Amino acid sequence: MDQDATRSNRPYVEFAGVCKSYDGRSMVVTDLDLEVRKGEFLTLLGPSGSGKTTCLMMLAGFETPTKGVIRIGGRSVQALPPRKRGIGMVFQNYALFPHMTVGRNLAFPLEVRGIGKTEQRERVRRALRLVRLQGLEDRNPGQLSGGQQQRVAIARALVFEPGLVLMDEPLGALDRQLREEMQYEIRRIHQSLGVTIVYVTHDQEEAMVLSDRVAVLRGGQVEQVAEPEALYEEPQRSFVARFIGENNRLHGRVASVKDDICKVETGDEVIRALRVADLREGDETTLSIRPERVAVQPEPGLYSNELDASIEDMTFLGDHLRIRLGVCGGTDFIAKIPNVVGHGAVLEGDRIRIGWTPTDCRALNVDDEKDA
Amino acid sequence: MSSRKKAGGRPLLSPRLRALALVLPLLLFILATFVAPLAEMFRRSVHDPLVADALPETVAALRGWDQLSPPGDAAYEALARELQEVRAENRARVGQVGRRLNRVESGMATLVATTARELAAAPGASAREKLIGIDAEWGTVDKWFAIQSAGQRFTTRYYLNALDLDRRPGQGVVRQEENRRIYLLLLSRTLWVSLGITALCLLLGYPVAHLISHARPERQNLLLALVLVPFWTSLLVRTTSWIVLLQNEGLVNDMLVGFGLIADDGRLALVYNMIGTFVAMTHVLLPFMVLPLYSVMRSIPAVHMKAAASLGASPFRAFWRVYWPQTLSGVGAGGLLVFILAIGFYITPALVGGASGELISNKIAQHMQTSPLNRELASALGVLLLAGVGALYVVYDRLVGVDKMKLG
Amino acid sequence: MRNPQQTLTRRTAGTRWALRSLAIAFVALLAASGCAREEEVPSLTIVSFGGSYGRASTKAWFEPFEAATGIRVDVVDYNGGLAQIRAQVEAGHVFWDVVDMDLADAVAGCDEGLLERTDKAALAPADDGTPAVEDYPEESVTECSVGNLRYATVVAFNTEKFPGEKPSTLNDYFDLEKFPGRRGMRRFAQENLEFALMADGVPPSEVYATLDTPEGVDRAFRKLDTIKEDVVWWETGAQPPQMLADGEVLMSTAWNGRIFNAQVLENQPFEIIWDGNVAGVGQHGIVAGTPHLEAAMDYVVFASSPENQAAISRYISYGPLRFSAYEYVSTHEETGIDIRPHLPPPPSDSSNSLFTDWKWWSDNADEMNERFSSWLAR
Repeated sequence: MDQDATRSNRPYVEFAGVCKSYDGRSMVVTDLDLEVRKGEFLTLLGPSGSGKTTCLMMLAGFETPTKGVIRIGGRSVQALPPRKRGIGMVFQNYALFPHMTVGRNLAFPLEVRGIGKTEQRERVRRALRLVRLQGLEDRNPGQLSGGQQQRVAIARALVFEPGLVLMDEPLGALDRQLREEMQYEIRRIHQSLGVTIVYVTHDQEEAMVLSDRVAVLRGGQVEQVAEPEALYEEPQRSFVARFIGENNRLHGRVASVKDDICKVETGDEVIRALRVADLREGDETTLSIRPERVAVQPEPGLYSNELDASIEDMTFLGDHLRIRLGVCGGTDFIAKIPNVVGHGAVLEGDRIRIGWTPTDCRALNVDDEKDA
Repeated sequence: MSSRKKAGGRPLLSPRLRALALVLPLLLFILATFVAPLAEMFRRSVHDPLVADALPETVAALRGWDQLSPPGDAAYEALARELQEVRAENRARVGQVGRRLNRVESGMATLVATTARELAAAPGASAREKLIGIDAEWGTVDKWFAIQSAGQRFTTRYYLNALDLDRRPGQGVVRQEENRRIYLLLLSRTLWVSLGITALCLLLGYPVAHLISHARPERQNLLLALVLVPFWTSLLVRTTSWIVLLQNEGLVNDMLVGFGLIADDGRLALVYNMIGTFVAMTHVLLPFMVLPLYSVMRSIPAVHMKAAASLGASPFRAFWRVYWPQTLSGVGAGGLLVFILAIGFYITPALVGGASGELISNKIAQHMQTSPLNRELASALGVLLLAGVGALYVVYDRLVGVDKMKLG
Repeated sequence: MRNPQQTLTRRTAGTRWALRSLAIAFVALLAASGCAREEEVPSLTIVSFGGSYGRASTKAWFEPFEAATGIRVDVVDYNGGLAQIRAQVEAGHVFWDVVDMDLADAVAGCDEGLLERTDKAALAPADDGTPAVEDYPEESVTECSVGNLRYATVVAFNTEKFPGEKPSTLNDYFDLEKFPGRRGMRRFAQENLEFALMADGVPPSEVYATLDTPEGVDRAFRKLDTIKEDVVWWETGAQPPQMLADGEVLMSTAWNGRIFNAQVLENQPFEIIWDGNVAGVGQHGIVAGTPHLEAAMDYVVFASSPENQAAISRYISYGPLRFSAYEYVSTHEETGIDIRPHLPPPPSDSSNSLFTDWKWWSDNADEMNERFSSWLAR
C-alpha cells in the first residue's frame, strides 16, 4: 500500500481489554485488544454474532464497554457522548433524513457546529464532488438510487472532516455490481483523504479489497489481525483459514517436529507441514491447504508431500478447473488448476497423484467446528 | 355460436362500469347517510317557508313597509283573513305559525293562538280595530316586524342569531341584547377548548406513542392494549368515573387532604368546571392522538437518532431537527382528528363541564331535542361549525399539506 | 386458462341467485308487515319513560287495563321529546298510540298537530258527579292531552350534613350565610327563575306576572347571581341524589321521585323541603293518525278515572292530579309506608307551592333559554 508514509506507529484508536455484556452473564466481546493506526483502513471481519458491530458501537459511543478502555488519539473516550467524539459514521441503511434535501442532510453536521451558511454551502459542494454527486443538493433522498444514497451518507460522514470514520456494513443493501463499484469508490476516497476508517463487514472479499489491515473476529474475540495478503497466505488459526478464502482441511496427529516443519499422520499418509501453532508430538492438528496450491500429477519428486487421489468430479469455471478429489478417505478435497494448455490430461474417475510443498500446508490447532 | 362466443369473450360490462357497480352500494350509503343529511342541514338553515306559506298575503302586504309605525290596513285585513283561513283549514297550523313567530318576538305564540281563536267573534268595524281589540300588541311595530321577518322564505336570520346578531325594526342588523348573547361566546370557547385539548393530547400522547413505538414487540402489544382499553368502555361510564375521581369528596381530593397538601375545607374544584371538561375530554380523546403518532413513529428508524448524534447533534437538537419533523404527519393527523372530535363533543361537557364548561354542541343538541325545538338555528350553528372545521382544514393543508397526513 | 364461457355462466347464475333471494326477502318482509296489520288480538303501543317509573306505570295502569279490556299493551321506552313522534306523523306511518309526555311536549305537540285532540267529555266524572274537567287543576289538561300525575321539583338535603339547625325553607337554599356550602341546581332556565323569585319574596301566585316584566326577569337573575358561584349544575335526574350522597353538594334541587327512591330503597338520610316546590304534570297524549284511536282513547279514559289515577302513588311517589283522586291514595305497595307525606302537596294546597305555567314558558322559553345560557357563561 502506498499510504505507509502517512502512518505513524502510535495507535490512533486503541481497544484495551474491552469486554461487553448486555445481560451481565454472556459476553458479546471478550478481552478485546486492538489498535488502529492513523490513516489506516481497518476492517472488522466476522460472521454475524462475532461482536464486530458491538465494537463499532462502543467506539462510536452508542454502547459502553463493560470493562476495559477505548482510546482515541491517546485519550480515553469513556466519558464522551457520541456527539462529542467527532466520529463520522455510515450506517447500513444510510440513515439519511428523509425530510431534508441532500444539501440539508450534508449541512446538518456543519449547522450543529455553528459553521456559517456560506462555508456550509462550500463544504457541502466539496463533499458532493468528492462522492461524484455534484449538483444534487436540492434532491430529496427518496429520489436517489441506493448507490447514490450511500454516497450521500458517506459524504455526510466526511463533510465535517472527522479524524475517524466508522462504517457499519455500508454496502450490505446494495446489489453485487453496485457493491463492487462502491468498494473502489470508498477506497479511492480513503486514499485521497487519508482519513482513518474502521469498517465492519461479514464479506471477506470486501474486506480484502478495501483494507490496509483486517481484524477477524469470532465469538467476541480477535482471531487474527493482519494485512489481507498475510491473512490469506498465513492464517494463524483454523477459523481464519476457513473464513478467508477456500481451504482444504485434513485432520491428523503430529508424529514428529523439526524446527518449523512437522510430520503429521493422517490416515495412511504422512504429510509434512509448516508448524504454525505451538504443536508438540502427539497433538491433534488440522492441516490447511489452499486449493490453488495443490498440484495435479506433479513431476515425481518435486514436492515432498505426494498423495494418491481419485477425481470425483470436475467443474469448468472459465479461468480455472475445479476438481473434487477423494483423499485420505474424504471426498471434499478441492484442487483448482488454471485453465492453461494441457489441463485436459485428467478425466473424471481417474486415479491420480497430487502434491504440495510443506510451506503451503499449515498445521493449525484443532478448532471446534461450530462457527464453520 | 359466433355471437355467444363474442359475448363470452368480452365482459358483460366495461371494467369502468363494473368498478362503478362495485362501489355503488358504498356511494349510495354515503349519499344517504352523509351527503343528504348535510344538504338537508344546510337547506334547513336558510329555508324556512312555514310562515310565508301560511300567511302569503300578509307577508306580501308588509313588503315595502317602513317598520316605523304600524302597517297599513291592507296588512291587518290580510292577517285577519288568513289567520281565520288557516285555523279553519288546520288548527295545528296556527300553533306552528305562532311558535315560529315566537322565535323572533317573545309572546307571539300566545298572541297568534288567542287572536286566531277570538277573531270570528271579535267586535269592531275594521280588521285593524278587531285585532287591536283582541290584543293591543297588534298596534305595535314589533309584532308586525316578527311576521315580516319570519315571513321570508329564504332567510339569513338563523345565521344572524347564531352569531348573536338580530334584525330590529328600522335598524337593520344589530347585535343581540347583551344578556342574550351566547353563541359567539360558545363558538369561540369551543374553538379554544378544542385547541387546548388537542395540545394537551399531543403533550401527553407524544411521549406515550414514542414509548410504545420503541418498546420491545411483546411489550408494544401490552401498551397498545392499555391505550385501547378506554375504547372498550362506554363514553358515559368513562365520563362519570371522572366525576367519582374528581368531585369535591372524590378520590383525588381525598388523597390530597390525606397527604396534608390541602385543608379539608379547601378542597379543589376539579369537576363541573373547565378543569373537568379538559381532564375528561383529554382522556377520552387521547387514543385518537396516540394511534396515528404511534403508526408514524414506528416507521422512523431508530438509527436516525444515532446518525444525528454521530453528526454532532445534542439530544434536543436531534429530536427537534430529525425526529419531530418526521412525526409531523402523525401530529397533523392526530391533531386534526382530536380537534374535530372535540368540537363535536357534548355528552362529556354536559356531565362534567358545569356552567363554565358548556360548549356549542350542547346548545345544538338542546335546540334539536328539547322544547322549544329550533332545528333551524341548530342547523345554522352546525353549518357554522362545519365551515369552521373546513376553514381550519384549508389552513392545515396550506401549512402542513393534507397529503402528508397519516392516519395509521 | 379458464373458459370465459364458464365464468360468464357462473356469474350470471350468481346474480340470479342473489336477485332471487332478495326478492324472497322482500316478499317475506311485505308478508310480515301485512300480518302485523291483520292481527286478531287488539293491541295498543304505549310509550313511556322506562325505569322505575315505567315499572310503576305497568303495575298501576297497563296491567289493570289489559285485565279490564282484553287489549294487549306493548310498552316502549323513550327519553321524552317529540322527535320520534314527529317522524312517525310526517312519514304517515304511526306505530305509537299513546305517549306519556311532559306538559311542554304535550303543548308543543298539540300546536304542531302531532297529537290527537282528546274529548274531555268522555272522561269519567268524580265520584260526587263533578265533571272531569272541573276535577283537574287549571292548566293540567290540554287540548290534546290529559294529565296523569303530579311531580315536583324540590329542594332536598342530606341530614347528616346538618348536625345543628336544618334548612326548612326555600330561603334557606338561597341563604349562603346561614348554610354555607355548595348547591346543586339543574342547568335549565325553567324552575330556577321561579325558585329565585319565590326566594326573593314573590308569592307563588304572582311569580309569572312578575316574570312577564323585564324587571321581573332581571330580578330573578339577580337572585340567582347571589348563589351562582356556589352552584354545581346537574343535567340528569340521577345526579342530585348521587351528589347529595357523595357530599358534593349540601343541598340540591331535585325531582321528588328520585329523592323518595333514595330515601326508602337506599335508606339515604335525605329530607325534602316542600316549601316553594315547583310542581309539574305528566300527560297522556295520543299520536295523531294512530290506527287504534278508539283503544287509545279507551286507555286514556281508563287511566284518568280517580281511582286508577291514584294507583300510580302505590308504586312511586308521584301524586294524582284530580282533586277527587286523593281519597284513594294510601300506602306505598313495596314498603307499606304511608306514601302521602312523600307526594307533592295536592293542588288544593297551593300556599307555598307553584304550578308551572306552560303558556308563559311556551311564549318565553326561546328568550329565557338564551338569557340563562348567556348568564351561565359569564
